[in-house]
Amino acid sequence: MSRRVVVTGIGWITPLGHDIESTWQRVLNGESGVAPTTIFDAKTFPTTFSAEVKNFDLRKFLSADEYEHHKTVSRQAGFAMAAAKIAWGNAGLDKVGNIDKTRAGIYLGGGEGPLDFQNFAKAAIEGWDYDAKVLDTKRWAEVAGACLKEVTEAEQDPNMAAGHISNLFGLEGPSFNTLTACAASTQAIGEATHMIRYGDADVMISGGCHSMIHPLGVTGFNLLTALSNRNDSPTTASRPFDRTRDGFVLGEGAGMLILEELSHAQKRGAKILAEIVGYGSTADAFRITDIHEDARGGIAAMKMAIEDAGVALTDIHYISAHGTGTAENDKIETKAIRGVFGDHAPNVPISSVKSMMGHLIAAAGACELITCILAIRDQVLPPTMNYENPDPLCDLDYIPNEKRPATVKTCLSNSFGFGGQNDTLVIKAFD
Amino acid sequence: MNKKRVVITGLGVASSVGLGIDETFDALVEKKCGVRRVEAFDPSAFQSQIAGEIVELNVKDFIFKKYNKHARVMARDIELAVAAAYNAIKDAGLKSKCLVDRGEAEAVDIDSTRFGANIGAGLICADLSELAEALGTAAENPAEKGNRRFSLGKWGEAMTNLTPLWLLKFLPNMLACHVTIVHDCQAPSNTITCGEASSHLAIGEAFRTIQRGAADLCICGGAESKVNPMAMIRPELWHRVATNRNHDPARACRPFDADRSGMVVGEGGGLLILEEYEHAKARGARIYGEVCGFGASQNNSSWFRPQPDGRALRLASEKAMADAGVTSDEIDLVNPFGVGTKEHDAGEAAAIRSLFGNRTNEVPVLATKGAIGNNGAGSGAIDIAVVVKAMERGVAPPSLNTDKIDPDCGINVIQNDPIDLRAKTALTFAGAMSGGQTGALVIRRMES
Repeated sequence: MSRRVVVTGIGWITPLGHDIESTWQRVLNGESGVAPTTIFDAKTFPTTFSAEVKNFDLRKFLSADEYEHHKTVSRQAGFAMAAAKIAWGNAGLDKVGNIDKTRAGIYLGGGEGPLDFQNFAKAAIEGWDYDAKVLDTKRWAEVAGACLKEVTEAEQDPNMAAGHISNLFGLEGPSFNTLTACAASTQAIGEATHMIRYGDADVMISGGCHSMIHPLGVTGFNLLTALSNRNDSPTTASRPFDRTRDGFVLGEGAGMLILEELSHAQKRGAKILAEIVGYGSTADAFRITDIHEDARGGIAAMKMAIEDAGVALTDIHYISAHGTGTAENDKIETKAIRGVFGDHAPNVPISSVKSMMGHLIAAAGACELITCILAIRDQVLPPTMNYENPDPLCDLDYIPNEKRPATVKTCLSNSFGFGGQNDTLVIKAFD
Repeated sequence: MNKKRVVITGLGVASSVGLGIDETFDALVEKKCGVRRVEAFDPSAFQSQIAGEIVELNVKDFIFKKYNKHARVMARDIELAVAAAYNAIKDAGLKSKCLVDRGEAEAVDIDSTRFGANIGAGLICADLSELAEALGTAAENPAEKGNRRFSLGKWGEAMTNLTPLWLLKFLPNMLACHVTIVHDCQAPSNTITCGEASSHLAIGEAFRTIQRGAADLCICGGAESKVNPMAMIRPELWHRVATNRNHDPARACRPFDADRSGMVVGEGGGLLILEEYEHAKARGARIYGEVCGFGASQNNSSWFRPQPDGRALRLASEKAMADAGVTSDEIDLVNPFGVGTKEHDAGEAAAIRSLFGNRTNEVPVLATKGAIGNNGAGSGAIDIAVVVKAMERGVAPPSLNTDKIDPDCGINVIQNDPIDLRAKTALTFAGAMSGGQTGALVIRRMES
């Protein structure tokens, strides 16, 4: 008999808010979390705006003792701790003392912590020998050794958020961090689901966290020309599936879910929010920069997840698209959905909440899965904002500009990462 | 659940003592050491100036001609993974796309939709020379050495001195990205980033993927280079490195030795071919051994220091043994991480003592870091390849520099000379030095 995996808690920290309900209302209202970048001075960058998490204070989420113990966390690990704390409380786990902590684990798609850029840049330019055009590593080490800080460096490792969270809740179950770029947290949730199904754990905190809104993060994406340059109109810059889309908008945040084996959840009387029924993961194995033109990896991931879920195509009521707003992604994702759903594709409502939240990179998939859970709860689908100009290459129903009441029982959520990583989850109302 | 059996049919290694599992294993048995003064850059201002460095590695030996242009966007970590991948495929007798394109095989004999990848990676360091040159063009006052100021305002323009694909050199999942393209692996793929535990966790997850039938083959393990100014200065800041033997590199890393003083960084990659048992039998593959159990846990007392009692390592090991259906009485070889710091080795030794009780002195402990240093995410898979080879050959290499076993550790580390080994079942474990994730695997030799 196979073990079923349900969601019993959710929490997020996003550019649109720090709690579940008000953020969800903003998503349904089509509000934008995008604005000029304030984390660093981006005035001369090709892209000067982003979707920042505003007014975040970890102290509001932790007790004074907990905060004191964890205050060295990097920006994205702080988001992760806050989101995990919300989810843990939402699941009612703060009120049960007796779960077996050796069977409670964590599986995150956690990003690397922001580089200590000022000091990093200082050491780099002091070490650069302008005449010989080489890095003088002796000089570099002297400067770097004096200005880089023990704790700041340590907190940059991508698996540190998981370390902090397990410490916060005393977890000793399996602990993993994956970093498959934009697909990471979808992948984390899928793999965590399998760990519970197999019996490696009964409870898993799973999701992702990331903040690449720092000088080198934005540099990397600007060099790839992946970001929107609509500097004169940040709130309309993220326009998935619109013909005039010109790139994604970089966001930051964290999304966390409590996954639990069904009987474990029932025994403690937990409120069940949804059931994770399907997961698919594939590699494009095509090119380092481009998605396979026939969308073969995306098609295979969706098919694998749908087969795992054992649901009919016509039972899928909503697709939370990866929908980044780059010319390439949206065109090929549309092709992939057509490849899987065939003639039924135009009947399936699709939207991308990245049009409001921006692209949370490693955290995107988890936050988008949370919107699916809320869509099932409230029987309403979130819109794709800024959709004004139909693109003949994107010819499906993207729920343009306004939320839509609907019967929603089963949702599919896609995440596709740089490097050809494709992951899909299928989530269902619990019955 | 109808679980499939999972066997090991290929071992691929790139280490500072050899490019290939046999070269690496022979060197370990011959007590060769890959730790030397760093050659890649001038290390004279570093507290530790030595590393397990791979001096000669040409990545083009491990890819096909049409792919050579992509070598430009491979960070060192990616090169190591690509080298280990080629070696693993060859060792497994598989004919991948790469081998066909290289003219080393007639036709591909792998169903790419059933061939997955799970590759552990570290926090890949940017190429500092490349980045420093670009950042240097955004200095406000380059002439004022010692007081140069970086200008973000100039950087918006100056960043274009970097190659457009710059970011793609350093994303951790680019190891798996390149390997899956080069060998055409389209089944489930993942990248585990859990420091020194990455290989164990990646192999464990690949094991589960094949067990549940989602793939027939999986290339899994990890790779990392810590021979980079940034990767060398970080553990210095954390007081984890041996600083007292720069004059005698080959003696510097001393796992479980009474006189150990810290770790030595290194670089390397290890990738295994895991295969569903019937699939391996059907193609007449050489089967080294079987992955029988996997367990994972987490140090919940600290994200930065090891537990003195090695609790999470013990928990992961117990879970792996339970998963394999064996007790510690059946384990006849143990492979800890053995990085060579006082506190990490002490914690691992405590875990071993608590697992084996009064058998502790009977169970040989195989440790490799004295010869190759800490290869981060790549270390675990190199170790596991060595363990598998040791069981196949019936001989286990000694731990270099474990001259006098620390009485406080009190475990039976293989010292001085290789030993005859009649091990059937091995336990291997590792924990992330930062982050605290732990993984353990039980591996059984295949009876012929």
